Amino acid sequence: MAAFLSEFGSYLVSNADRLLELTVEHLQLSLAAVGFGLLVGIPVGVLMARFRRLVGPVLWVTSALQTVPALALAGFLMILFGLGRGTGIAVLFCYTLMPILRATYTGITSVDPALVEAARGMGMTRWQILRMVQLPLALSVLLVGVRVATVIAIGTATILSLIGAGGLGQEIFAGIRRVSDVRILAGAVPAALLAVLADAGISWLERRLTSPGLRVERSAAQS
Amino acid sequence: MIRFEEVTKEYPDGTRAVKNLNLEIRKGEFVCLIGPSGCGKTTTLKMVNRLVEPTRGTIYVDGQDIMKVDPVQLRRRIGYVIQQIGLFPHMTIEENITLVPRLLGWDKERCRRRVEELLPLVGLDPDQYRHRYPRELSGGQQQRVGVLRALAAEPDLILMDEPFGALDPITREALQDELKKLQSKLHKTILFVTHDMDEALKLADRIVLMKDGEVVQDGSPEDLLRHPANDFVAAFIGRERMAAAVGATPVEELMIRRPVTAGPNKGLAEAVQLMRQKRVDSVVVVDEENRLLGVVTAREIQQHRDRARTLGEIMSGEPACVEVGAPVTEALQRMFVERLDHLPVVDRERRLVGLITRTTLVDLLSREGWPNGSTGGSSQGVSA
Repeated sequence: MAAFLSEFGSYLVSNADRLLELTVEHLQLSLAAVGFGLLVGIPVGVLMARFRRLVGPVLWVTSALQTVPALALAGFLMILFGLGRGTGIAVLFCYTLMPILRATYTGITSVDPALVEAARGMGMTRWQILRMVQLPLALSVLLVGVRVATVIAIGTATILSLIGAGGLGQEIFAGIRRVSDVRILAGAVPAALLAVLADAGISWLERRLTSPGLRVERSAAQS
Repeated sequence: MIRFEEVTKEYPDGTRAVKNLNLEIRKGEFVCLIGPSGCGKTTTLKMVNRLVEPTRGTIYVDGQDIMKVDPVQLRRRIGYVIQQIGLFPHMTIEENITLVPRLLGWDKERCRRRVEELLPLVGLDPDQYRHRYPRELSGGQQQRVGVLRALAAEPDLILMDEPFGALDPITREALQDELKKLQSKLHKTILFVTHDMDEALKLADRIVLMKDGEVVQDGSPEDLLRHPANDFVAAFIGRERMAAAVGATPVEELMIRRPVTAGPNKGLAEAVQLMRQKRVDSVVVVDEENRLLGVVTAREIQQHRDRARTLGEIMSGEPACVEVGAPVTEALQRMFVERLDHLPVVDRERRLVGLITRTTLVDLLSREGWPNGSTGGSSQGVSA
């Protein structure tokens, strides 16, 4: 065990530059996918909350997408878009979409209707109600969706080196091909760490962004 | 200020919430819309700020047909308070209060000053409360802020939809008192929906009672209590309140209008003569300007006939009296407690306008609305 650890350690040290590069690449790939997921998911979630007829069809499509195995989806999109990072981001995007739009929809529809009515009665436009009332109140639910999407993206990204998207998957698959535990772990451990850090990062973001008026519900109930 | 002309609201399922409503609310009036649930009172209210749009008819606010005004602009100049309070939990008290002013583009300094003006109106210290969040306030405090939020942009018209309905009775009463005080200071036009008759009687200048989308009676609280239009109104108001209202009848309605009077220099023998002639047992002593000096009864004359010669010498100084406008129950209570047979009624300048005697009680009991043989609290005070 000690011998293995020292071998692992010396591998990490001697390949630090390359591993760091792969980690950054991995993160970029995942975050880009989450970014596009937000860009599309939030507006679609908002539209679903406004036009309830959309809810069924949209959730049906995105849930179906979610059940397609990543490898199959990657292969399919590779045929359409070829090899490369763009295709990788497109695959991950498909998996981030559902958690984000579902959380947006849930968050907005769980805002107390009395608040929306008060806002309307006071003369806020629809856009102002969305921006100043609904989204701030939906934020914590929305961030749960973002966290799920990010963790999924980081995990799934490891297999996308197969379609030339890069990232830590490259190291893992190299390890598999050469039956090298050290190299497999050198890819897997940073990927797992990334997921944990992203999770913590989003929790931190949530605390920063949530209004203190909403935050300490529990301590308020106690006092 | 607000005028409804032939306004009807029909919902797609065919229910007619409001039928052919004609109603005018003048500037500065505090009008309560009241009625059982489903009578169309809230629908009527919400049509004013276009949260609900009428199917037929026209509504004017400030002489403008509201369907020709941008609803967002319309709502920003009408205050709105709802039962669920509806403070935004993610905003501070200050941010909640200044919401409409901010939408209207007031600068920060003006918003800040407005908060400092408003919070003390409901007894909240600006420095202590402005940066708190709604959840840190009690329900009563929250709705106080809710009312301030409606006042913030200085609207002339305020709509209140059962604003105190969700509060406990003690808090509710405190807020009613505060609202009444505020209104006497600010003179806003207020349209107030409630299903609580006590609340309406307490607050309103005018009560509009609705049933099945139609106005059943429209009048002052006095009118409703004393002249209910029909059995429905009477039942809605309740016998108890009507009886109390009879007790609240002002003294001038029941008093004897031309009591027998005499000057202080009138001789006792002459006074006795006068009383015999008019068949009364007392005489009210007044000066030349009809100002009340005292009351002298036949028995008092009897007691003092040896020692005194004029009414002025035997009447007691500072006689008990009530002013015009006092409720008759109060007068009768005093007569009972102070063991008086007579109670003169005077105006502000202490000029005699009438006299209450024990027979007044009989008149009161014969009034319509007084519970027959009631042992209720309101009758005990006078019948004892």
